[in-house]
Amino acid sequence: MDWTNATPLAALTGGILIGLACAIMLLGLGRIAGVSGLAARAFALSQTGPPWSIAAAFIVGLPFGAGIVNLISGPVIARFPSSPAVVLIGGLLVGFGTRMGSGCTSGHGVCGLSRLSARSIVATLSFVSFGFATVAVMRVLGVLW
Amino acid sequence: MVRVRIPIALIAGLLFGAGLACSGMSDPTRVRAFLDLFGGRWDPTLAFVMGGAIAPMALAWVIRRRMETPLADSRFSLPDAREITARLIGGSAIFGIGWGIAGLCPGPAIADLAIRPTLAAPFVIAMLAGFAVHRFIDRPKI
Repeated sequence: MDWTNATPLAALTGGILIGLACAIMLLGLGRIAGVSGLAARAFALSQTGPPWSIAAAFIVGLPFGAGIVNLISGPVIARFPSSPAVVLIGGLLVGFGTRMGSGCTSGHGVCGLSRLSARSIVATLSFVSFGFATVAVMRVLGVLW
Repeated sequence: MVRVRIPIALIAGLLFGAGLACSGMSDPTRVRAFLDLFGGRWDPTLAFVMGGAIAPMALAWVIRRRMETPLADSRFSLPDAREITARLIGGSAIFGIGWGIAGLCPGPAIADLAIRPTLAAPFVIAMLAGFAVHRFIDRPKI
């Protein structure tokens, strides 16, 4: 394990902010803060979900929130894969898979796990184990970026 | 009451985006370091983010049980599906493969539009294309 690069305190702080955001959506609007569903709704690619204005406001908030932290605390680190193919294939699979599986890390991982939803527990186990397996296979194939 | 919903959603989005940026999850390389079990340098940071997020949300679910309606809407609109389906498991598996390949899930990808716009935009566009493909070919039979 790599504790020298781990940032558990910043991670907990950031995590609590994410949890608060989800709690505001639940207790304020009665909705799940699932980013994949809200993004699909905001871009008119979903027939279900909250009114468009709610979805769009949440999705617009994401980059603004990150941008504010970037301004206040200095540059936020974001090291991307250099290969366009990796980015495009990854994006396509993430987009398709999250809609087919009805959620992503936020909807299933944060909101669903904390609700002890059996569906979300199964979904989270599925995407985390396939995430582990994919990186392991990429390591074996020597295509890890 | 209607007019207050948009600012509430915006504030939730802002907090969520700020949390992603603080937590290190806006960094695809760090996410990949969590998913990389066999590199000898496993980075547990993402587990702390999940723990930090689940704690206040678990409390929110307890509070929700004592509420008839949400604060700014007339009813709760929450998923009520219970069945464990092949779509759920298979879709999540496809998502996990994409997550492993690029180190990005939807929230960080969209938040990163403010951090690394030229790098995040191609991923977000591909993700939207994935949403669109799903919308047109994968229709529930029920």
